[in-house]
Amino acid sequence: MTTATPDPDTLTDSGLAPEGDGRLLIIACGALAREILDLRDRNGWDHMDLACLPAILHNTPDRIPDAVRSAFTRHHIRYDHIYLAYADCGTGGALDRLCEELGIEMIRGPHCYAFFDGIDRFAARDEMTAFYLTDFLVRQFDAFVWRPLGLDRHPELRDMYFGNYEKLVYLSQNEDPDLVARARTQADRLGLAFEHRPTGYGDLATTLDTWAG
Amino acid sequence: MSDEEDIILSELDDEELVQQMHDDLYDGLKEEIEEAVNILLERGWEPYRILTEALVGGMTIVGQDFRDGILFVPEVLLAANAMKAGMSILKPLLAETGAPKMGKMVIGTVKGDIHDIGKNLVSMMMEGAGFEVVDLGINNPVEDYIEAIQKEEADILGMSALLTTTMPYMKVVIDTMKEQGIRDDYIILVGGAPLNEEFGKAIGADAYCRDAAVAVETAKTFITRRHNQAAAG
Repeated sequence: MTTATPDPDTLTDSGLAPEGDGRLLIIACGALAREILDLRDRNGWDHMDLACLPAILHNTPDRIPDAVRSAFTRHHIRYDHIYLAYADCGTGGALDRLCEELGIEMIRGPHCYAFFDGIDRFAARDEMTAFYLTDFLVRQFDAFVWRPLGLDRHPELRDMYFGNYEKLVYLSQNEDPDLVARARTQADRLGLAFEHRPTGYGDLATTLDTWAG
Repeated sequence: MSDEEDIILSELDDEELVQQMHDDLYDGLKEEIEEAVNILLERGWEPYRILTEALVGGMTIVGQDFRDGILFVPEVLLAANAMKAGMSILKPLLAETGAPKMGKMVIGTVKGDIHDIGKNLVSMMMEGAGFEVVDLGINNPVEDYIEAIQKEEADILGMSALLTTTMPYMKVVIDTMKEQGIRDDYIILVGGAPLNEEFGKAIGADAYCRDAAVAVETAKTFITRRHNQAAAG
């Protein structure tokens, strides 16, 4: 079975309601929907349902824990097991504390860049001056980066935001020459060098495999 | 806040011109601010008065509206650019005219972190409030902070971080200062998007400052308290 790919704009602003009658629910960031559904389809995890929170919460991490709590409250009666497909994602440990309180597991690591690359490998790179994009963020670059920073209206602010960065690293989950070309264009727009680093699904795949049982 | 019709700045009286500068700062109009600063200087205004009444006064409104969610980061940056342009005209003149000195601050973003937008805003507003600011830039190890506060004989150490992964480094700096027995010689202010008051307390800072305006007010309060203690002692 192949699940239809959710529309990235919807995943950005609204998220995704769970469909199906699985007994296991993954509550995830909307930015991971495509990858999680692909893994589910490929592995035949028919008992796994997916609920996504709006991916744009990425830009306001202080709002993520409340959104997770609300999704958990809404769905937990229907499911035997719930897991959270978020890393810390800028919440400063708040998601970790929430998961402990709710008795659920989450993905290890600081953010999706780290778990796609592999948490230990990412940490070892120590790339302070790299700005990262994933497949989802390349598709939604204007919604997540360009417009929220006001660069559509005031491109002269670019170097105030990105002047200390040196390169844009595109961590790709799937091979797609069109996305590589778009990521390269975005690096040019930001005035940064470009590097393409294919990661596949990294620790997301192994973590979901464990959760799927 | 922009008016449709063209405004000739030189035709405005002083009060109208300062009001217009507040509006132009709000709208991030750099050239207009530069022009207005020069007009006020020609009219004999003291540089410090232009700085406080026109620039800091205008930027305070910007800061309040940012806090209230009316303005967002891009607008604040444009306003800051405009204020910076005005300040660069005034800065050499301030030294000549003996503007009041509030104290000295060493500020920098912590090791592992290259984000400096908030720090730069704090530096600018602190300078606007009469503090001398030594900005260490980004990615500062503990040695750089300690060397700078001692060499500069600073009153205040300011540390900034944008990442949850780098903010714990502030505690490394404070703990090292404790080990060296110099912690209480300095006022330590911390700030950055992922921080909060609880974190500031937990790491042993004197205060967490949620934005540039709060940093200025907090710094003033601590400096005044210090002076009072010194006078009493």
